[in-house]
This record gives sequence, C-alpha cells and structure tokens, in this order.
Amino acid sequence: MLNIEIDGKAVEVDHGTTIIDAADKLGIAIPRFCYHKKLSVAANCRMCLVQVEKFAKPLPACATPVADGMKIFTRSKAAVEAQKSVMEFLLINHPLDCPICDQGGECDLQDIAVAYGAPASRYAEEKRVVLNKNIGPLVSTDMTRCIQCTRCVRFLKEVGGMMELGMVGRGEHAEITAYVDKSVNSELSGNIIDLCPVGALTSKPFRYKARTWELTRRPSIAPHDGLGSQIEVHIKDGKVLRVLPREKESINECWLSDRDRFSYEGLNSPDRLTVPMIKHHGEWHETDWKTALEFAAGQLKDITSAEGGEQLGVLVSPNSTMEEAYLAKEIAHGLGSDNLDYRLRQTDFRLDGKRMGTPWMGCNIPDLQEMDRILVIGSNLRNEHPLLANRIRKAVALGAELSLVNPMDDDQLMAVKHKAICTPNDMVNVLAQILKAMSGLQRLSLCLPKSLNDLLETVRVWENSQAMAESLAGLGKEVDLVSPRTGIFLGNIAQSHPRFTELYSLAEAIASLCGATFGILSPAANSTGAHLVGALPGEHGLNAKAMLKSPRKAYLLVNVEPELDCHHAAQARQAIAEAECVIALTAYKSEALEHADVLLPIAPFTETSGTYMSMEGRVQSFTAVTKPLGECRPGWKILRVLGNTLGLSGFDFDSSEQVKNAIFGGQKPSTVVWNSLNNNLRELIEIQVKIKSNVLQRLGEVPQFQSDAIVRRSPPLQKTRAVQAPVAAMHSQLLTELGLDDGEMVTVKQGVASVLLKAKRDDGLPHGVVRVPTAMPVTSLLGDLMGEIEVTRA
Amino acid sequence: MAAFDTPVQHRSDKEALVCLRTLGQPDPASLQAYLNVGGYKQLQRLVQDKVKATDVITQVKLSGLRGRGGAGFPTGLKWSFMPRYYDGTKYLVCNTDEGEPGTFKDRDIIRYNPHQLIEGMAIAAYTLGARVGYNYIHGEIWQDYEIFERALDEARAAGFIGENLFNTTFSFDLYAVHGYGAYICGEETALIESIEGKKGQPRFKPPFPASYGVFGKPTNVNNTESYTSIPWILEHGGDAFQALGVPNSGGTKLFSVSGHVERPGNYEVRMGMPFTELLDIAGGVWKGRQLKAVIPGGPSTAVMPAAAIMGATMDYDGLSKAGSSLGAGSMIVMDETTCMVKTLKRLSYFFYEESCGQCTPCREGTGWLYRVVKRIVEGEGRMGDLDLLTDVSSNISGRTICALGDAAATPVLSFIKHFRPEFEYYIQHGKSMVTGKAE
Amino acid sequence: MLSQESLAKIDRELTKYPADHRQAAVMSALRIAQDEKGWLSKDTVAFVAEYLGIPPIAALEVASFYNMYELEPVGQYKITVCTNISCMLRDSDVIVDHLQERLGIGFNETTPDGKFTLKEGECMGCCGGAPLFHINNKRMCEFLTKEKVDAILEELK
Repeated sequence: MLNIEIDGKAVEVDHGTTIIDAADKLGIAIPRFCYHKKLSVAANCRMCLVQVEKFAKPLPACATPVADGMKIFTRSKAAVEAQKSVMEFLLINHPLDCPICDQGGECDLQDIAVAYGAPASRYAEEKRVVLNKNIGPLVSTDMTRCIQCTRCVRFLKEVGGMMELGMVGRGEHAEITAYVDKSVNSELSGNIIDLCPVGALTSKPFRYKARTWELTRRPSIAPHDGLGSQIEVHIKDGKVLRVLPREKESINECWLSDRDRFSYEGLNSPDRLTVPMIKHHGEWHETDWKTALEFAAGQLKDITSAEGGEQLGVLVSPNSTMEEAYLAKEIAHGLGSDNLDYRLRQTDFRLDGKRMGTPWMGCNIPDLQEMDRILVIGSNLRNEHPLLANRIRKAVALGAELSLVNPMDDDQLMAVKHKAICTPNDMVNVLAQILKAMSGLQRLSLCLPKSLNDLLETVRVWENSQAMAESLAGLGKEVDLVSPRTGIFLGNIAQSHPRFTELYSLAEAIASLCGATFGILSPAANSTGAHLVGALPGEHGLNAKAMLKSPRKAYLLVNVEPELDCHHAAQARQAIAEAECVIALTAYKSEALEHADVLLPIAPFTETSGTYMSMEGRVQSFTAVTKPLGECRPGWKILRVLGNTLGLSGFDFDSSEQVKNAIFGGQKPSTVVWNSLNNNLRELIEIQVKIKSNVLQRLGEVPQFQSDAIVRRSPPLQKTRAVQAPVAAMHSQLLTELGLDDGEMVTVKQGVASVLLKAKRDDGLPHGVVRVPTAMPVTSLLGDLMGEIEVTRA
Repeated sequence: MAAFDTPVQHRSDKEALVCLRTLGQPDPASLQAYLNVGGYKQLQRLVQDKVKATDVITQVKLSGLRGRGGAGFPTGLKWSFMPRYYDGTKYLVCNTDEGEPGTFKDRDIIRYNPHQLIEGMAIAAYTLGARVGYNYIHGEIWQDYEIFERALDEARAAGFIGENLFNTTFSFDLYAVHGYGAYICGEETALIESIEGKKGQPRFKPPFPASYGVFGKPTNVNNTESYTSIPWILEHGGDAFQALGVPNSGGTKLFSVSGHVERPGNYEVRMGMPFTELLDIAGGVWKGRQLKAVIPGGPSTAVMPAAAIMGATMDYDGLSKAGSSLGAGSMIVMDETTCMVKTLKRLSYFFYEESCGQCTPCREGTGWLYRVVKRIVEGEGRMGDLDLLTDVSSNISGRTICALGDAAATPVLSFIKHFRPEFEYYIQHGKSMVTGKAE
Repeated sequence: MLSQESLAKIDRELTKYPADHRQAAVMSALRIAQDEKGWLSKDTVAFVAEYLGIPPIAALEVASFYNMYELEPVGQYKITVCTNISCMLRDSDVIVDHLQERLGIGFNETTPDGKFTLKEGECMGCCGGAPLFHINNKRMCEFLTKEKVDAILEELK
C-alpha cells in the first residue's frame, strides 16, 4: 500500500493506482474527457493535468501512477492554470452550438467549461469544420464538435472487439471516421453515444426529440436477453424517448447492447394494440375490457368444460414477467390444463423431469471474465448474448482459452483457441470425443448409461477434440494450470437443437470430469424465471412443441406471436388457425394473430410492474415507468381479472408485489432461488445414437433484432446492416453440389411449405447445413428450426 | 543522377573523425572500406572473448557519450536501464528519422559509413541482450535507405549479423524499416508505434521503452550517431573518446550546418569548438554578409542573435550558458537580410503541419500560433498578438504528451524575445523591417 | 489487386517482424502498393489491409497520417519541393516559382497531360543540399538552380 496526499487529504492506495483513481476514491473531482475507467488510458485530452510536488511540469492524473509519499494538488494555481489552458484550447475549434446540440445539458465539455472556461474566447481565427459521417441508423454524428478524445475508437477496438472507427489524418485535421462509407456495425455501437463527452456522437432515433432536462428518468430492466441489464428509461409526455444503461458492474457494467438500447422505438410502434378486440363473424371489433374478458372467459370455460382441460394450450413468452407466467400457470391449472410452456423454440424435451432444478448459467456474470478455459456449445454469442460475449472477450484478452463447438463460424471478434464447426448432428459426436479424451486425461470415468458408453466406445477422438479436452483440463504449451477456472456453456442454438438432451448430458459429464462450471445461457429475459414459477407442462401435459403438433381446441397466448416465436412456424400457424378459440394477450396487432378470437392489449415492460429473473438467477423487479397506452393493462391485472371472471380461486391480487409474494411463498426470493437453481441431472439419460444424417439440415437461427415482438418493431434496429432479407446460406461446396450459384433464387422447402430465397455462400457453415433464419415473416411458412430442409433452383 | 548529388563536406582533421572514418576511400559505404579502417574487430573481440556487458557499459559511461538525437541523455546510463534478465525478445532500435529542419547528419552516416552503425548496433545488442534490431530511416531519403539495405546484406553475408555470430550463441537480426513523411516519428515512442505499423503518435511515459517498447517488449532506442560512435569508443577506450571533447560533452560531434553559409554540410569536429571556428570551417556567412542569428540545434532549440552566439562554444554546456542548447547539432545560419517574422511563420507552419493531433494543447495550439503569425505577415497583425503568441506558447509548453509541444513553443518564444522590435514593426507597418516588403 | 512482384516485396517486408505482428509491415506494404499504382485508392488501402489481416480503418489511419502516401491520384512524376527553413534561406521560393511557371501549375495540382504533380514538402533531412526536391518519393535532387531544374524537367519529358 502507498500513502499519498491529494489536496491535503491523506489516502492509502494500492500499488499501480493512478492519481485519478485515487482522487475518485477520495471524492475529489478532477476534470477529464478522454479517461474512462473501462478503456485503455490515452492521456490525450490533458484536461486532468494536476500539480505534483517535486515535478516541474503538471502531470496527467489519468496516466500517472502514484508513488509513496506523493503530494498531489488538483486545485493549486499551477494545476488550475494548466486545466484552464487546456479548456481554452479545447474550445477554440469547438462550434459552441450548444443551443442546437442534443448533448446540451448532459455535456461534459459544457459542464467543465462552466468551471474552467473563460467568459470570452481569445481565438479570433477561422474555426475548423469537419464533415459529418453517416455511420448507420443508430448513431448520429456532428464531427465538428469532436474533441478527438478517441473514447469511441478505443471502445470499439477494446470492448467491441473490432476497430470500426479510427482517427485519420493528423494534427488539426485529424478526424474520427469509419472506413470510407462504412457504417459502425458493432452490436454494442450505441455505447459510443454515452462515451462521447461532447455532442459529436448522439443518438439518431433521439435526435431533436427533447432536451435532457425535460425528461423523466425511471429505472427498469432490459426485457430481451437473459442478462438482466439495468436500464434507465427516459420519458417525455408519457412517451419513452430513449433508454440508457444504469451502471451495474456485476451485470452490464456501464454498457448496453444496441438491442436493449434501441428496442424502445418498438414501444411507440403504430402496431400497438390499444383497445380490446373481439372477432365476430370473421371481423374484428373494438370492445371494452368487460365484454372482452367475459367473452374470453366464456369461450375458455365452454371448451374446457365440454372437451376437457387438455384441449387448452397455454403458451407464455419467455420475455413475460414472472408474475404473468405465474398467473398464466394458475389459469391453466384452474381450467384443468397441464399444457403450459414458455420454451417456445425448444424441440427436444426429453430432459423434462430429469433435472434437479431450474437451469441457469451456473455462475455469476462477472465470473466469466475470470475464467481460464471456456467451452461454448451451440451459441452464436454476439448474436444471442452481446454483453455476455463481451465478458468472454475480456477473459480471452486476459489469456483465457476459448473453445467453440458450433454449426456455424461467425466471427465472434475474439481469439478462439479451438473450434469444431460441424453439423448439428456432429456436435454430439464432437462432445462425445471430448468426453472420451477428458476421461483419459483425468484417468476418471463416470458411470454412464449403456447408450452413452456405446457411443464412447465407437467414437474416435480427433486431434481437435483432444486439444479441446486438454485445454479444458488446464494443460498448456509451457505451463499447466493447477486448478483452472473452467466453464462449459450451452447457448441458444444448443437449446433449440433436436438432440439437446445429448448435448446437455455430454456437456454435463465433461464438466463433472474436469470440475468445470456448467451452465445454460438463458435465451430470454425471463427464461429462468418462467422455469422457476413452473410455467411448464405438468406430468401429463403437453410441452410447447407437442401442443402445436397435436393442435388444441383453445389457446391462451401471453405475449406470443406464434409463427415468429415458436420452433415450427408452419405448425404454429396451422394450430392457431384451426383452433376454435384463441385468446391472445398482446401488445401488438399482428398478422401472426390474425386467427385469434380475442386480442387483449397487454402493457409492455415499460407500462407494467413485474419481475424478471436473469440467467444468473438474479431476481429484479421493476415498476411501470409510464402509463399504459390507451386501454392497455398490465398483464398481471388482465390475467387476474380473467381468473376472477373464470370464477377461479386464488386470484385476489391487488398488486404485482402480491403476485410476487405468492410466487416466492412469502420467502426471500434469493432463498427460493438458490434452493432452486440446479443444472444437475437426476439421472443420466439414455441417448439416441442412430439418427438420419444424410439429409440437409436447417440451421434456423433467430437474428438478434428479430428476437421478440418489441425488437421486431423498432425501426432504427430494423434499419441496421445486421438486418438483411433472409437468405439460404450454405457452403460453396454444397452450392456446387446442388448446382446453384451464389445469389440466385432458390426454393427452400420444409414439409409442404416452401419459400423463395436467395442462395448465399457462407464457407463458415459445415457441409450439409442450410442456414435460414427464423422469426422473420418471409420464413414463417417454414417448419422446424433445425429440421430437414430441401433446396432446389427456383 | 550523380550530377545532383551532395558533395561531401567534412573537416580535413583526420583525428577528429569518429563516425565518418571511411570518408576518402573510393567506395566509403562498402564493407571493404569499413574493414580497411579496422571495422567489426570490436564486435568480434567482445563476442569471442565473451566480454561482460557491464564492462562495455562502463566504457560507454566513461566516454561521456550523450544521446546525439537532441536530448543529450547519457548513453551509458540509458543502456543500464534495460532489464538484464527478460524472458522473451528484447529489441534494439536506431533512430535515423531526421526530420528536424537543419538536421542531416545521420543521412551521411548511413550513406558513407553504414557498417560502423551496424557494428555499433550489434555491439549494443550483444551488451543489452537484444535479439532483433530495427533501423528506422527517414522515408524521404530513399536512395540512402537502399544503401543501408545493401550494407545489411553485405554484413549478413559476411557473418556480422544473423544467427550464431562468430560461432557463438550470440545472434542478432537487424532490419531496415522506413518512415513515410512524419516529423513526429523522430520522437522515440512515436517511432516505435510506427515500427508497429501505426500512426506515429507518441506514447505517454512512463512506461519507458526500456520496459515497454517495440511490440510491448524491452527496447533500447538510440540515435544513429550514438550507435556509430560505439565501435570507436571500444577500440580506443571511453577515456580517449571523452578526451576528444570537453568535460560533460565527450567526443566529437557531427554538426549539420545549413542556411546562409558558403559551404553547407556536415562537419565532424571535437565537442567544445568555438562557434566562430565552426562557422569558418563552413566557409563563413555567404556573400560576405553579416551574421544576424543562428538556430544552433534545430528549431526546437532557441534562436540566438549573433551577439549571443559569437562567444559560445559548441557543446552542451557552452550553448546552454549562452541561452540555447545543442540539440542535434543542427546549426541554421541566418544573415542580415533574413526577415525573422517570415522565418517564424515558416517554422510555425512546420509544427502546425507536423503535430500528430493526439493531444489537445499541441493539436489546437500549433494551428493557433501559425494563424496569428500568418496574419501578422499578411499585414493584419494587432499589437496584442505578441503577448497572445507568448501566452499560447507557454500554455502548450510542458503540457503535452511529447516534446513536440515544447518544440513548437520554443521558436515563437525565442524569436519574439530576441527580435521583438522586428515583429512590432511588422504589425505597425504591415511590412517587413528587413526587406521592406509585405507578403 | 496488386502484382505478384509487389506481393513478393510485401512478403519480404513481413519477414522483418514476428509472425503475429503483420500490421508492422503496413508502412512498407502501402509504399509498395503506391509504387505500383501511383497512388492509394480506398480499394488499394482496403486490399493491403486485408492482405495483412488488419481492419481497413487501421490501414487508412496510417495512409492518411504520413505525408508521402497519396490518397488522390497524382501525375507520373510527383515533385515535392522542400520549403522549410534551411531551403527557404537558400531561396527555395525561387525554385518553387520557377517550377510553377515552367509547369503552369500550383501546389497540389497536376499538369493537364498527367505528367507532373507539384507538392510542398516538409524537411527531408538533406538541408545541406538546399534547395532541393524529390521525385516520386525516391529520387533526391539537391543544390537546385533554375538551370538544374530545367535539366531535370527536360530529362523527365
């Protein structure tokens, strides 16, 4: 420890601490622009110059490590003179156009200028003008305002993983730009808006919408991926105008993914459903809540009492709150149905009933970056979990070895030590090889079921799988790690894999052998929570797949657009179309709900209170940040009144908190959660070995900006380069075999349905795989996400 | 092409030749020419006799050799900063990126005596345990870069660089790399960035290159003339080198003399030579005119009026006492017809043009200085401008990442200090006091 | 995009650096590309970046930072005249005026026949030979007089 003094205050700090960190610790404010605690130190703005005893020149607080006994003065004459002179330099070429600048009111330059700037400028020469760049639909540029602090450049390079911006030219002509006409395509790009200390980079969707002081700020939780990012929602006149991160080091640090940041525009979509609607003789009619609920209750009651509860299927979106999921469960049970599920995109349910608890990521989010060895199975990380990918990127930067077993090879913008890119089916074999190799390395074997043992017997361990096993075991080129911190994770692709059971069993076995953390990366904001509340089929109930495959007479849909959110679009479409009664709680009028009978306008996350449970088991409740639009009502209220109208007992809730209390049985949520989270299997499961493998298999991935109903309706996200018309991508060899050319139109067929798509070459795909995205209207006629597929020239 | 070549200007006093020893031979840059003057013998001796690194450093310390690139930091001391034991590759870098106006000495070393530089670097590599070296050469002198590349090929073929030299375990690879038009790369950390294939933006120090240099590895950076002095020092001993000069300024120095003299060129003379003698060697002020001012060490050193420099000696202390500094020994001579206002405008433009743009005071300040001086030259000056220039210069000085900020401030401060009436005249009359003309 | 000969030259430069620091060769790779193409178009810069496996913006940063790279087309002969202090003191103005008059162009302009481009340069580190210019970044011409300039222009015609 070092003892130093800043402005007369003594403080003890660690070796290697910089002056600015020490001052921050003491609460002494040193002005800064380029310094950011999450980025490398640039020391280029010079605003943080301070006086240090025995040094003739002022030193930059951000880049100067403290030495024992150092006496630092941040407000002495010499320090303030230096700071004021830097401020003068910063302002001479700045346009001072605060009145028309979106940053006004929350601008570091403006704030610090008030403290350090002169009332008038001594600069009487011509000012610099810099042309604006179009870097995409999310970030607006006013580059004349730029003070070249390079925070944006450093962020994209160091955090985003790809240098998309640079400072070209030199001297006074140096300017920040992307390469020629390229846009910034990082899935984390919006963070450069927050990082920019001036108004050079501002939010494009928010441009000129409001002054910062007109906004009401309310805390909430991001409703998309399973991370549980903490957000701050900014509202004017009851309308959400932007979303910013709330700093939470252990979850989202100070970042947000673009999906979490810009999806709010989907809340203001003209598609929003604002009044209850009933279909009568094929025509939609607006109605009032009482009529709608009575009609819905009547229909549900009629069908369930006439045909039995098993004729009702209840599908809940994993983006619904715990309260909504819980009440949906209560209604299903109250009506005698065990057909309930939130796992809309899952296809393999053989693990049901075999797990010890609620599946989760197996560790806490920050643990990821401390790991030495990581194996990710079936995940397009950046697409599925943008900020989690960043944690892994950090681990890799700190020396961790990352191995991937995937059916595609998208660039994750981090160094991958080993990868097996293979067909979905071969993923099982690769894991079997790793297990076999690991068993040899650890001189341990597990008691495995016969089918698994047989598989291990026959499988030949390839060099690559051996290398992955060695990596996970901690073996290194020069030094072996004694007790490596290791993690094995299953991503979204693995969870919708037709042989999820095999992947899960093998991964769990590998993890047990090498002592790794084993986890499931929950796809949606409340996947883990929905499992915890038991939004799952009962013992004789049907799961999400089965209740669409064997159509029910009635469906209750909570936040679901069936053909976009379910694993088998065509089946979902048909089941809903043929059902006698479909009651949909939805925030949107949707083509996907054309065949419903009652549409109940549900409040999205900003307009309701509720709780999400993240993939690390963190229970986070939030309140409504704005009033429900039109006649929209919070989901928990609608379900409660529906329960009342159905005459069911146990629906006497006055608030979402009461529902939450019911969920947790009056106990502290953390107690319930920690008793419940468990990825272990009760028993090892016999696996299927024989599978039809000489067919083309679809890889039906959910593109990042199609993941749920809100995201799908955010115009700025839909305008990004990440959103492309769907294509049928395949390896060039497969293209040749099928006699196709890159870019030509092909007929893609699954079952009876077919669609016309452009063929696209993607040599990152294994042979035998055709990648066709799901959750997009064009492909919503197709079938199973990972089912058989045919491709022929159109 | 030869018709437009630079005639070599050097002092005939053979005893004072350290760095340009091969001059006078028919092909001075050839390996043979260097072998003729005893070249590579010191390297061979050290390597074969396994002379201890500390003994080499002792001789370099005794020699009083100070960094010839301008900063004048004692070379022996710098060498002792390199970590002795390091698990990985250590690097050696030579700075032949001469871009400071008036400096052109290292160019003559690589084109007339490249092998002595190669031997000097190899000795440094042996001493410091560096496995790989780079000589970073100013991009503008392409023909000389090619001469150096040829010399490397010769040295490699003859077994003076490469693997297992003299059948020992000592290996040293040396490569030529080039700049491509950026003054700032003469700054050692900018130069390192440039070697790594980046913009030449200086790094904040600490860490210094000795702990974090090329590719993040320990790196020793010296100027061309410094390395080139090493073989001579080891041949004759550190004391002998020191004795060539004066206390605190050991050895000889290559002075680049340019501007208004009869015979511009490089002159390798003993440190401590009186200025008047050096001026005489360069043929005196041209056209029989009077001396007005001298910039003794490149524009980043303060300009000196004739009266101040006439009694000075050309060494670190001598010039420091006279109010400036030795810098890289780049003496720019100005005669009585020189308009100091116009000259300052050109120098200000240079620093404005060459600022890397990384840190605020230099990026913004150099443009400000240039625009104000330009305005004065264009007859739009205001009386307050001189105080403004002084103030802005002081605000840049000492507040930037590298020394370019200080360098940009120095001419402004020293020109106004010594020639203020000339500036005031220009502002009042809108024309030059010296030439009587406006721009 | 670049000739085999140029690629071979770039490969030779790459041998100077550790295998995991291919970016280090970008300075010479851009120089080699410019020698072949005359100037660096955005496509050429992107090609060089791809060849070295670095982001295109990283290559553009370098190409735009160093003066001797040309990001706009130039004539067959680019003449860069130093006008810095040592050259200025030895009447580089006269050389500049003479060149501009002979070629009929100003700085940063190219003759209509595409033969000559004139540029103003910063110190080239050859001040003993002032006034001077260099041609196509390669050939240094020193101790210039009007007569020498005429002779050089004649030779290049």
